[in-house]
Amino acid sequence: MVSTQKKADKTYKVIGTRPVRPDGVDKVTGRAKYGADIQLPGMLFGRVLRSPHAHAIIKKIDTSKALALPGVKSVITHKDLPTAADAALNLGETTDNLKWISDKVLAAEDALFHGQALAAVAAVDKHIAEDALALIDVEYEILEPVLSVHTAMDKKTPSIHDNMKTVDMIARFQVGEISETQINNVASILDLELGDLDAGFKEADIIIEREFETGTYHQGYIESHNGTAQWNENDEVTVWLSTQGAFNARDQLAALLQVPMSKIKVIPMEIGGGFGGKIPMYMEPLAAIMSKQTGKPVKMHMQRDEVLLATGPTSATYIKVKVGAKNDGTIVAADAYLAYEAGAYPGSPVSGGGVSMFMPYAIPNVRALCLDVIVNKTKTAAYRAPGVPAAAFAIESIIDELAEKLEIDPIAIRMHNAAEEGTRRHDGVLAPSMAVKELLEEAQATEHWNAELSDPSIGRGIAIGAWGNGGMESSASASINSDGTINLNTGSVDIGGQRASLAMQLAETLGVEYDSIKPQVVDTDSIGYTAVSAGSRTTFATGIAVIEVGNKIKKQIINRVATFWEIDANALKYNDDGSVSSPDKIINFKEIAAMLPNTGGRIQASIDIQATTHVPTIACHIVDVKVDEETGKVDILRSTALQDVGKAIHPAYVEGQTQGGILQGIGMALYEEYYYDDKGILKNASLLDYRMPTSYDVPFTEIILVEKPNPGHPFGVKGVGEVPIVPPLAAVANAIYDAVGVRPNILPVNPRRLSVLLKEKNNK
Amino acid sequence: MQDVSYYRPSSIKEAIKILSEHGPTAKVLAGGTDVIVQARERTKKITAFVDIKKIPDVMGLGIEGHRGLTIGAATPMYQIYNHSGVQEEYPAIIDSANIIGGKAIQGRASLGGNLCNGSPAADTIPTLIVLEGTANIIGPNGERKIAIEDFCTGPGKTLLQHDEILISLHFKRPAPFSGSRFIRFIPRNEMDIAVVNVASQIQMDGNKIESSRVAIGACAPTPLLLKEISNFIQGKELSQDLLENAAELFNNLITPIEDMRGSPEHRVDLAKTLFKRTMNDAVIRSNGEKVQ
Ligand SMILES: Cc1cc2nc3c(=O)[nH]c(=O)nc-3n(C[C@H](O)[C@H](O)[C@H](O)COP(=O)(O)OP(=O)(O)OC[C@H]3O[C@@H](n4cnc5c(N)ncnc54)[C@H](O)[C@@H]3O)c2cc1C
Repeated sequence: MVSTQKKADKTYKVIGTRPVRPDGVDKVTGRAKYGADIQLPGMLFGRVLRSPHAHAIIKKIDTSKALALPGVKSVITHKDLPTAADAALNLGETTDNLKWISDKVLAAEDALFHGQALAAVAAVDKHIAEDALALIDVEYEILEPVLSVHTAMDKKTPSIHDNMKTVDMIARFQVGEISETQINNVASILDLELGDLDAGFKEADIIIEREFETGTYHQGYIESHNGTAQWNENDEVTVWLSTQGAFNARDQLAALLQVPMSKIKVIPMEIGGGFGGKIPMYMEPLAAIMSKQTGKPVKMHMQRDEVLLATGPTSATYIKVKVGAKNDGTIVAADAYLAYEAGAYPGSPVSGGGVSMFMPYAIPNVRALCLDVIVNKTKTAAYRAPGVPAAAFAIESIIDELAEKLEIDPIAIRMHNAAEEGTRRHDGVLAPSMAVKELLEEAQATEHWNAELSDPSIGRGIAIGAWGNGGMESSASASINSDGTINLNTGSVDIGGQRASLAMQLAETLGVEYDSIKPQVVDTDSIGYTAVSAGSRTTFATGIAVIEVGNKIKKQIINRVATFWEIDANALKYNDDGSVSSPDKIINFKEIAAMLPNTGGRIQASIDIQATTHVPTIACHIVDVKVDEETGKVDILRSTALQDVGKAIHPAYVEGQTQGGILQGIGMALYEEYYYDDKGILKNASLLDYRMPTSYDVPFTEIILVEKPNPGHPFGVKGVGEVPIVPPLAAVANAIYDAVGVRPNILPVNPRRLSVLLKEKNNK
Repeated sequence: MQDVSYYRPSSIKEAIKILSEHGPTAKVLAGGTDVIVQARERTKKITAFVDIKKIPDVMGLGIEGHRGLTIGAATPMYQIYNHSGVQEEYPAIIDSANIIGGKAIQGRASLGGNLCNGSPAADTIPTLIVLEGTANIIGPNGERKIAIEDFCTGPGKTLLQHDEILISLHFKRPAPFSGSRFIRFIPRNEMDIAVVNVASQIQMDGNKIESSRVAIGACAPTPLLLKEISNFIQGKELSQDLLENAAELFNNLITPIEDMRGSPEHRVDLAKTLFKRTMNDAVIRSNGEKVQ
């Protein structure tokens, strides 16, 4: 693997180095504690009964036979959940409806997707719990499932949710009032417009309009969902689980269980991946209720088929885009219609797609009409740059076609239309610092882009994409020990090396060694509110919190040394190496730490921040593919990723994020998809038939990190986790076109789909 | 997982006794890579495993001069593809054994298990068919032999009775100037179930096709021996045109189903392509050369 870093000017001592991660030893020795490792005395095991139908009225659930099975201690259905108000629940980044959250946990009147939870059992072991599931009798009235956005919106199709009104989205992922536009089975609508579309298209010399579809993709994290709950006699609840946000989990649990937030302690365990999918609650509330009923701790752990069936993959999409350009390549107008499957309950990331797809470009006249459509499939969840890969596939395919038709180099046409600081976007925002041009210049200069293609069956594609990144709330605290070591606590679940990236930022701020800091993710009783580890926000936002904690500590140290030396604090300087000096004296960090206990006590600082200075990042993917025209199979031969990272705190972990994002993007382009039959039954709920690429399928990606610092972060951090997944879908599709002259408009373009396109081409 | 009893007999006789006493919900356990999954996922009712790996008769393999190759039914794949005699004389078996699952699966999975599991997409069965394999079976009523092309009767169904055990598979010595090849098509490059798989065996007389056998998987309820193809090319001069014309016979020979792994049209196209590729490779091998 080749990796290059185009460095920002400033030099640092710790930042930009590649130390070992604090959790490394525990993870490689198998000692790290995941949720599945929780063992408590008297613990029961829970399992969930799931709907075999995609759409059915639940007429009756009889649990008596299951309850009678020896070893079974509790069987619950929706009736056992506290009554949930039909009211909005604010979850930080998103709002949801409490009744829907409750129905997703255990279905109430109807089952709205194959795999929806209907009942849960707790027994002395998991095999008995499984036996008990077979003894629960459910009477269904089977209804016709609604399986595509087109059917869903058809006036003749019944509403999946009675009385559901289309509401206006007021911002990305936030909903507001009932909309003037009412569309069948559309939960919300966002209509973003800038300039004058008609006038724009009139100016165009060429107009291209195309339709695109993408499949339902699962995040594919290794660790399946799990949770263990202990409900005490004093109504205090402790939950151990795998989550991207302990506080988010706590607040959802508090609302669902109707227990005060302070009485729920959520202990986030090590997490084996999430990519956005470990934000919703699934079995944890069930474990809690069954624990309350039995007085025993209850552990639940999904099997892989349940993860695929009933957790939140990303939306399948239908996107239509029309783009007008002048002969010189200037894009004058773009009109996008995006209909995303939310699944059985509202909340697709369609607005993310509609906002981000045009972010890399300066287009004067733009519209994006975004529809959140209800269908009888599992409720989608966030997945790495939610909503954007599909939308970028659409726009980047069209730009590739424009370049070809106008005979302009694909990089040149993107450069010509690149957004920069001050570009007015269709979501009303004036673009902050952008690195589109810098990234394209680097792409143009890569050896890969300039290398000859060795064979006519090989094609090369390129695409770019943007992601806005996230801010939100973070809390951090640090205390100085008398030997000069430091304990750093945050509430940010470490899902991608954040313990390292946060400790590094504190080490740099205080001028101490990275190894002297022990970072830790603590539970919800032990730190201030911290939002989810998602939106590429953690190293950025919790980083700011950690830096500010460092600054507070520095101030206290200066004051303490001033008292110690009996001199005015203004005469003291905190040096880069952690020492403090006056014009004639110096004391190093260790000595300071040692004198703290006897000069007023040890020092601790904590802070809560709400970060708002995040800026978008840009990624670019260049890929070579070889197409076997007889079978329709595509092989990836070479892959290069360029990414604007602001500042790479720990470059190896940034590269890891890029590698993974590219791999998942290639999975979406070529391999992965949910396969439903015409009854809405998911046929491939296993990793055998839900095909994620393996190491045999995708080579290592060459990575070029470009560092254009974010002015809104002391070290320039932007956020790195999400954006690399955005461009590969279009890059692969464009490479296939380059190889064989057909443009895939439905992804994944697996051998079966590509062979159809190739046949059409050959029959022409 | 279902509640199962586990037995590990050390003789065939003992094993058959346990199977007979328990009835059809007792299952032979070889590598367990199919049957344990079925028990865990409750796709079959299973109350007992009869592990045969301690019975010497079903383990190991050997070539006995002109008499050919015998492979114990429960011998794991890795022992098969590491055997130099098999590598030299029965390369299609290597093609098949090499791609079952991954390394971990190959440490356990057996030819007997692949055959007795009776999957229409099993990756060794077309090879076993074109190499004219025979299955040696022992049951309460003694021994019998079945030609492998007759062994499977439907998806998951075979001629084997619940209390019979497949002991070994036998293959005669390959004729001079013959070669064999197996190729499976999967969307990924490993860890997948065949969309289509094809095995071809050919014996050449100069540039003339003396005889051939072609078998296909994942296109019918069982793997199929396609005698029509062999009849069509037999005695003719080998040419790409001949193979192209023979490939057209697939249009009427197979009626594959639509499922999540492939469409009928794509499967027929793949069958033609894999037929031509396996034939060309088998011819290369018949000359004593290696295919990549
Ligand atoms: C991850 C994974 C990947 C796989 N990949 C592939 C693949 O690429 N291609 C492929 O074809 N298969 C694949 N399989 C399926 C399986 O590995 C093969 O079918 C394997 O050959 C089965 O052999 P086994 O010894 O494990 O059989 P077992 O599971 O032990 O037995 C299978 C069946 O045959 C019966 N049986 C076994 N031996 C005998 C005997 N001697 N006499 C009577 N009955 C017997 C058993 O009772 C059972 O019903 C895969 C399985 C897994 C789990």
